[in-house]
Amino acid sequence: MIWLTWRQFRDSAAMTSAALVPLAAVLALTGPGLASDYATGLASCAPADCVRFFDRFFEAHQGAFMAVTVVVLVVPGLVGLFWGAPLIARELESGTHLLVWNQSMTRTRWLAVKLTLTGLAAVSAAGLCSLMVTWWSAPLDRSATPGFALMDPAVFAARGIVPLGYAAFAFVLGVAMGTLMRRTLPAMAVTLAIFAALQVAMPLLIRPHLLPPVSAAFELDPANVGNFGVPPDGSPRVSVDQAVPGHPGAWVLSSRLIDPSGRPAETDAAGAAVQVSVTSGPCAPPEVPEAGRSLRVCLDEINRLGYRQAATYQPFERFWAFQWIETGIYAVLTLGLTGFCFWRVRRRVP
Amino acid sequence: MNGTAVLQARGLGRKYGRRWALRDCTLDLPAGHVVGLVGPNGAGKTTLLKLAAGWLAPSSGGISVLGGSPAGGPAQLAKIGFVAQDTPVYPGLTVADHLRLGARLNPGWDAALARERIARLDLDPAHRAGKLSGGQRAQLALTLGLAKRPRLLLLDEPVAALDPLARREFLQTLMEAVAELDLSVVLSSHLVSDLERTCDHLIVLVDSRLQVAGEVDDLLATHHRLTGPRRDPGRLPAGQDVVSAHHTDRQSTIIVRTDTPILDPA
Repeated sequence: MIWLTWRQFRDSAAMTSAALVPLAAVLALTGPGLASDYATGLASCAPADCVRFFDRFFEAHQGAFMAVTVVVLVVPGLVGLFWGAPLIARELESGTHLLVWNQSMTRTRWLAVKLTLTGLAAVSAAGLCSLMVTWWSAPLDRSATPGFALMDPAVFAARGIVPLGYAAFAFVLGVAMGTLMRRTLPAMAVTLAIFAALQVAMPLLIRPHLLPPVSAAFELDPANVGNFGVPPDGSPRVSVDQAVPGHPGAWVLSSRLIDPSGRPAETDAAGAAVQVSVTSGPCAPPEVPEAGRSLRVCLDEINRLGYRQAATYQPFERFWAFQWIETGIYAVLTLGLTGFCFWRVRRRVP
Repeated sequence: MNGTAVLQARGLGRKYGRRWALRDCTLDLPAGHVVGLVGPNGAGKTTLLKLAAGWLAPSSGGISVLGGSPAGGPAQLAKIGFVAQDTPVYPGLTVADHLRLGARLNPGWDAALARERIARLDLDPAHRAGKLSGGQRAQLALTLGLAKRPRLLLLDEPVAALDPLARREFLQTLMEAVAELDLSVVLSSHLVSDLERTCDHLIVLVDSRLQVAGEVDDLLATHHRLTGPRRDPGRLPAGQDVVSAHHTDRQSTIIVRTDTPILDPA
């Protein structure tokens, strides 16, 4: 049965290898150079502020960073579509299950071998991609601009061990839909729809609550103030970023300005209104313009008045905890679907 | 094992949803026969064969095949060969791959028999099965079914999709194999003409019920078609069971089952 599984699988295995091996080779060749560029750049900017170096370094490699991230994001889905969905559906479609089920081997064993071998290949392919990319992009992950940090949903799903869980789940989902729909194309369509929906729902609805998020109030600081402006009429507007001072790389779930009484500050398109004088005091236009300094003085005044950034966030230190929890969730879903596949094939299919 | 039953069914029935595909089927098939399973499409032939192969579980009653419960495990599977409707094969695999598949998955695989049959059929082992003609595909499926050396071979409408020539060749090779290999065969068809030359035992299924089962010779000797002026089938002599009756304005055609000679030819 191992031979037959391999014989049926080898063409798609060859195709996948043809795509992944060159990618792995390119990553292996360019990775050390990238890491040493990063180390050199970091040494030359330290101990001063390295933000400019980070921005330059990340921007220079942003295209490749996006490309490899997308590869890791789509591999599990492709595995589910092209390895999972046809695994049983194609047999049912062409009637060959009637041929193979009449060999001297139970259906349970047939399915077990097929699921194990092809499933292991699926998980290995996704795991190889993810680990290669995680290793290669480590310097970029450390210098990423907001929105592309490790904890941000698009990057989180393309690093570490979660892609293994996704691949296992997508594969078994494809198999299960195949036993249910009995047709390859509908099975592929449904697999894609369910998997994509879950991949969107996970970061939006589920992942933020896997561990209780931290809620805290922070003083305003250039790190969390995105924009400060004074409209011609009325009070100055402050908009706060999806970042919290002192916790670089945190996944900020909500961030807003609260006024001295602790209520959310009145907010419009330009930002939240802050009741501070702009004609005199620290927030008045300085007589001698000095870059950066006047903003900081003004923010100190706003902080003194009692305005704060109220944020809920998941600190970066929880990255691996989240990786393990999410992988575990997908592993449980995978086991459930595997059970369903066996039940379908043993009891319902013929 | 000759003489004992290869297949025993007691009140066997199978439902799909609320519809009975087969019901109240009580049957004993003796070993060493070629059994024809006839009936119109949808009469339950495939259902009966799938129950015998263990692919379906009965909804009522019981069935035992070669003394064991169907789908009782690999040993039971090894005893039964099944050539499914439309004789499916893997289109992407070569003829040689199919033989290898059989060899890997069947402990009792008869490699010499398989090779010899493929050679006799003039099939190129390197040929992809998807490129074979319908007749060749059926022969390949039959080869797989025979080379696992089952004691009972079930064939579900194996020739339905074949042209008349391929049909004859297929049935002929099947008969040769039966003679060589000492196995029992159940062969289903919706055409009696496919079976009349090959079968010595007949099962007739109509509307998911068993109508007739027995030796072909006995059936022919005890069933008569009576044609004559129109008459009431109820007034036939005692001992003649009416199987079916058709009437025109002037004529009646009645099929009866009786052990006694027909005395009134009118």
